[in-house]
Amino acid sequence: MKSLEELRKLREKAQKDIQARKTSNKPKVIIGMGTCGIAAGAREILKAVMAEINKRNLDVIVTQTGCIGMCEKEPLLDVQMPGKDRITYGNLTTDDVSKIVVEHIVNGKVVEDLAVAKLED
Amino acid sequence: MRELSLHILDIIQNSIRAEAKLVQLLINEDVKNDRLLIEITDDGCGMSQELQKRVLNPFVTSRTTRKVGLGLSLFQQAARQCEGDLKLESTLKEGTVITVDFKYSHIDRAPLGDIVGTIITILSVNPDLDLLYRHLINDNEFIFDTRIIKDELEDVQINLPEILSWLEGYLTEGLEDLRR
Repeated sequence: MKSLEELRKLREKAQKDIQARKTSNKPKVIIGMGTCGIAAGAREILKAVMAEINKRNLDVIVTQTGCIGMCEKEPLLDVQMPGKDRITYGNLTTDDVSKIVVEHIVNGKVVEDLAVAKLED
Repeated sequence: MRELSLHILDIIQNSIRAEAKLVQLLINEDVKNDRLLIEITDDGCGMSQELQKRVLNPFVTSRTTRKVGLGLSLFQQAARQCEGDLKLESTLKEGTVITVDFKYSHIDRAPLGDIVGTIITILSVNPDLDLLYRHLINDNEFIFDTRIIKDELEDVQINLPEILSWLEGYLTEGLEDLRR
């Protein structure tokens, strides 16, 4: 059984890492978590995003939003790079997530074939 | 929804929008009496008597961007098709309690599904929310309280990837023990 002792060790390690992390200008990922998003698989998309961020040790803010009226394109995920337009990706599968993370968040290139909308910064 | 844990995720989104600080989730698998009970209690803004009467109607929502709100009505439908129901009690400025029960062995009852995934999802995007999760199977009980976790974490956020990954393992082990 896992013990809280392990959690304390993780905390100590995290406290050291946090000082090295910057606080502003981080990339942002926003997941649609309305009823429509959840029914279409938003939970699995979010899990895939967290796994990808963890695997690549990226410093990204992940947040949620409700239904934005594009229910037929759920699950939806937005990426906003600092100072850039907010791009909405739609009809996603968990396989699309690593492509978006690598191409857009790591390399800064919008994944055109998955993008469904653009919100100017 | 294919899993009851997705309904739970959806209903807790209502609590988050109601600015709840603490959400209590109780799951009671009373196999002996063939009942499954799910109770979600929050300390959010609550609903007026008038809204409570209307809110189970799918054409009612507190949102202004559209005219439908399906979360509660879908969950109620899932319960009603399994010899159960969804009930709601709410007091303005105090909070809301949603109680849903099912016939445990009903052929149409969706599986509970990935409860751990639901909890991790909530915590990853709502680090400031507290969650008290109690799961009973007959007389065995598993309790998970983010307030205790946060005491251990001090100033470290609960939604750091390495912390979430530890919590996922912790919850998975806890639930496996409960089913043993």
